[in-house]
Amino acid sequence: MTAGMRERLDRAALPAAERPTPVIDVRGYSFWYGPTQALFDITLQIPRRAVTALIGPSGCGKTTFLRSINRLNDLIPSTHHTGDILLEGVSVFSPGMDIVSLRRQVGMVFQRPNPFPKTIFDNVAYGPRMNGLARERDVPERVERALRQAALWDEVKDRLREPGTSLSGGQQQRLCIARALANEPEVLLMDEPTSALDPIATERIEELVVELKRRYTIVIVTHNMQQAARIADFTGFFYLGRLVEFGDTAQVFTRPRDERTEAYITGRFG
Amino acid sequence: MSARAIRRRILSAAMTGLVGVLCAAAVLPLVLIFADLLHKGATSIDWNFFVRTPVPIGQSGGGVAHAIVGSAIIVGTACLIGLPIGIGAGIYLAEYGTGRLGWTVRFVADVLNGTPSIVIGILAWTWFVRPVGHFSALAASVALAMLMVPMVARTTEEMVRLVPHSLREAALALGYPRWRTSLQVVVRTAVAGIVTGALVAVARIAGETAPLLFTALGNLNFSLSLGHPMQALPLQIFTYATGPFEEWHRLAWASALVLMALVLLLAMAARWATRQRYGTR
Repeated sequence: MTAGMRERLDRAALPAAERPTPVIDVRGYSFWYGPTQALFDITLQIPRRAVTALIGPSGCGKTTFLRSINRLNDLIPSTHHTGDILLEGVSVFSPGMDIVSLRRQVGMVFQRPNPFPKTIFDNVAYGPRMNGLARERDVPERVERALRQAALWDEVKDRLREPGTSLSGGQQQRLCIARALANEPEVLLMDEPTSALDPIATERIEELVVELKRRYTIVIVTHNMQQAARIADFTGFFYLGRLVEFGDTAQVFTRPRDERTEAYITGRFG
Repeated sequence: MSARAIRRRILSAAMTGLVGVLCAAAVLPLVLIFADLLHKGATSIDWNFFVRTPVPIGQSGGGVAHAIVGSAIIVGTACLIGLPIGIGAGIYLAEYGTGRLGWTVRFVADVLNGTPSIVIGILAWTWFVRPVGHFSALAASVALAMLMVPMVARTTEEMVRLVPHSLREAALALGYPRWRTSLQVVVRTAVAGIVTGALVAVARIAGETAPLLFTALGNLNFSLSLGHPMQALPLQIFTYATGPFEEWHRLAWASALVLMALVLLLAMAARWATRQRYGTR
């Protein structure tokens, strides 16, 4: 029995109000970069407090999809979309959606660690300070909590005033996770968070992700199928801008319904 | 060794020698100027030179305190006017200047950058001296600020553009609005480079003479009033060097040395700021 399966059984025993409901509900979402369509009619529901992995070959729209959820694609000129993405039942594209509060609820961790050129403490304090989540005297407590959640506290507690860039790559990535968690988001988007890290640092991040799903909904893009199999409860397979298959990780990896999924996970292309 | 290898070696040695000579030729003027200034000016520099104003011809112990302080005031005021505008314009160009307006601002800045400083001086005279009816230090500061703005704007733009896109995204993904991302993350990251650009601009305008001739005019006495004529080091050098007295020539050399040393110090400060930037990376 995998950790993921145990977790799902545990959740089934929770009272109805705490049962997993979709946090993110994607309905017929298509996306264009200028005239080029990158995503085709994506429909899926991302369950609460679980790890959802998005796998697929490069350039198949996984990252584009991820960045649609927190509307980071808004920055790119001449893009447009159809369909809708609901966060807790509210469209992220609705005129009333405040992009600041959307991005506070949906944290993001990037492919390469990108700490600000500031101290470790300030890196984590950035979100709470900006969003007015904590008064200045409460900031240290919040920073500590976030660093503990990111399993970094013990390594940095004596050097909080050193620059974030002085940490190792794996530590920097956990610092970026702490920075995102300090906002206390609902959802954590991770865009190939371990692709720039060595195997040991990767293992630590994976353990962390499994730990974090008790409190957060995690969507992780990965090129590493073993990684998806290890840590994800649900897996979606993207191919050429379409969501070919979405389901329970065990099912997708052992009994894929689509032959393209099977071809990809067995290593015949990608 | 084959003929080809020998030919390559000879060519390589010749080219290395050539660029070495060109390099020396590029550095030579600075070395000659500085050596000459030291030779002719250093002996005239004493304590009085820095703390006293000129004395009548024939007496000894005069100084150029009024010009040093005047230069500091004029350049300082020019910075107060020019740096915020220049840095602001640079940030705008780098962060938002993709459209037509950005193109226009960039073009205007480049043209202004190439405008001879004497033209700026005449403009400042028409705008700020003629209507008021008398020369003033403030008019000089405005003229120098006009020279500073395009230089600072373009260097700021370059420095802000160097900030990695991933840092912008990180801030935006944390919920920072775009303007706060620009100011708090992007600009703070680029600040060392912006400071360097500003210092280089200050060093350049500190030696400008032409605009001052039409604006600050010069003053034989100590003055702290922005609304009146004021002496400045370049003007002092101009007056003394073109004057008929041996004593004046001596002081002109000394003033030139002081001005040169100040500019050199600023350039070194700029270097230091840049090194700090790469050091912390």
